[in-house]
Amino acid sequence: MIISVASGKGGTGKTLVATSLALSLEEKLDLQLLDCDVEEPNDHIFIKPDFTETIAVSVPVPQVDENKCTGCGKCAEVCAYNAIAVVKGKVLTFPDLCHGCGACSYLCPENAITEVGRKIGVVEVGNADGVKFAHGKLSIGQPMAPPIIRKVKEQVDKQRVVIIDASPGTSCPVVEAIRESDFCLLVTEPTPFGLNDLTLAVETVQKLGIPYGVILNRAGVGDGKTEEYCLKKNVPILMTIPLDTKIAELYSRGIPLVEGLPEFRDIFLRLFDSIGEMVK
Amino acid sequence: MKEIVVLSGKGGTGKTSVVGSLAALAREKVMADCDVDAADLHLLLSPSVKEENEFWSGQVAVIDNEKCIECGLCQDLCRFNAIDDYEVDPISCEGCGFCSHVCPVEAITMKESLSGHWFVSDSRYGPLVNARLGIAQENSGKLVALVRKQASEITERENLGYIISDGPPGIGCPVISSLSGASLALLVTEPTLSGIHDMERVLQVCHHFGVPALVCINKYDLNEDNTRRIEAYCRSQQVEIAAKIPFDNVVTEAIVQGKPVVECSEGRVTDELKRLWQCITDVLA
Repeated sequence: MIISVASGKGGTGKTLVATSLALSLEEKLDLQLLDCDVEEPNDHIFIKPDFTETIAVSVPVPQVDENKCTGCGKCAEVCAYNAIAVVKGKVLTFPDLCHGCGACSYLCPENAITEVGRKIGVVEVGNADGVKFAHGKLSIGQPMAPPIIRKVKEQVDKQRVVIIDASPGTSCPVVEAIRESDFCLLVTEPTPFGLNDLTLAVETVQKLGIPYGVILNRAGVGDGKTEEYCLKKNVPILMTIPLDTKIAELYSRGIPLVEGLPEFRDIFLRLFDSIGEMVK
Repeated sequence: MKEIVVLSGKGGTGKTSVVGSLAALAREKVMADCDVDAADLHLLLSPSVKEENEFWSGQVAVIDNEKCIECGLCQDLCRFNAIDDYEVDPISCEGCGFCSHVCPVEAITMKESLSGHWFVSDSRYGPLVNARLGIAQENSGKLVALVRKQASEITERENLGYIISDGPPGIGCPVISSLSGASLALLVTEPTLSGIHDMERVLQVCHHFGVPALVCINKYDLNEDNTRRIEAYCRSQQVEIAAKIPFDNVVTEAIVQGKPVVECSEGRVTDELKRLWQCITDVLA
């Protein structure tokens, strides 16, 4: 089973939920945690894994053999991303814009284009106690997160319960992270910002057809409108985490909630049971 | 014209609250919301929309099953596994058009897709340009570029001094699109290990693109050890700390009221935000 954790708005507690759910379940069953927020991965700060392997992530970009190239311009014509241009019979490539679709090299009539890998980040794989762990790290200055997310997800071990921590937002990196999940937890906070972004996150999981439920974090802050929305739209609130400076303080020091406050362990186990009921 | 973009790396550190207050403090500016997939700034500025525009971007392959001879070439060549059983999954399709070029019977066409909307509004804080990327859409970077271009045109037309933009979290495509060529990045961070880790990465992105940065520590008193770590790191990077905002419930109360916090309270939070804006104008002068 794959359970992903997403949110819409950032900073609502995805990392807190993903790491504490993983650590609560780890004693009971085989578990894997994948941090797919490859722009700003944070799970490792909390679960402190020993990394055993680093995998470079590259995207294929075109390399033009000038001896074979006739400057016909076919490559530039077929590139949808303006990553290749032909100026005065000479081919210029812009690797940062390339999505690696392979059209230029396949369609070049002179076979003058080969593809070379351009590194855009890494995937690191390891273990933290009983938790099998992997995360991705996009290199500084690189725009494209999805190829790294795909590489992290190649690590999915179907023998285990897999928890995927997604990035904030609702666009391609989130979709890449949460698709193929059996269930998606949407973490929000009861403020107008939290509610606005929760409605977008709900639309996203509905569009992808993933069963979902809400975790209300910092309950007590803000107003009651998020609960009203959930009630009205039949969105199940599966768990509530109260507004508590003790919880915020543990988080600030990189201590998982269930380690600092072990009484939360049972609450996370119950959460897992209710997810199991809903997925059935 | 000077353009200030507010970033953070980590989400939820208080970018939008800070930007809302800068909107109330700054004169002669245009506000831009570059967080196009979870835009919240409008919730503080009560804008009235003057202009709504469609954002058509990116393409999706469509297979004409009448023409298709099921040769399988498109499926074999698609690197994004977007074609299965001669049906295109529009969510997986990256719009490269490779399939349409290789189809031997020209059964595949590329269709433009409506990827979102962008808006120009009036508010009592001046013009606001914001956008809404369609659910699960791509090309957020292009939409961000469009928002910035509109904001810049308004600034020139109305002869205004600043663009203040609320950026997205992260360090990827929409962040780079918000940041490149800006005059100054304001990084809002919080004294948590995650906040520090993520601020360091987004600061490196600022260095990479040659945009000078200032740091604002939000809720600095939640963990003063970590605040000292941020200060030490910023010193080592020769980055100025423009403000240290204390934790105070007035910030959330202001969000609930839908107003910038500087308009709701006269306390320490407001003092620090005023100091922050002063520091930004000094740096840009």
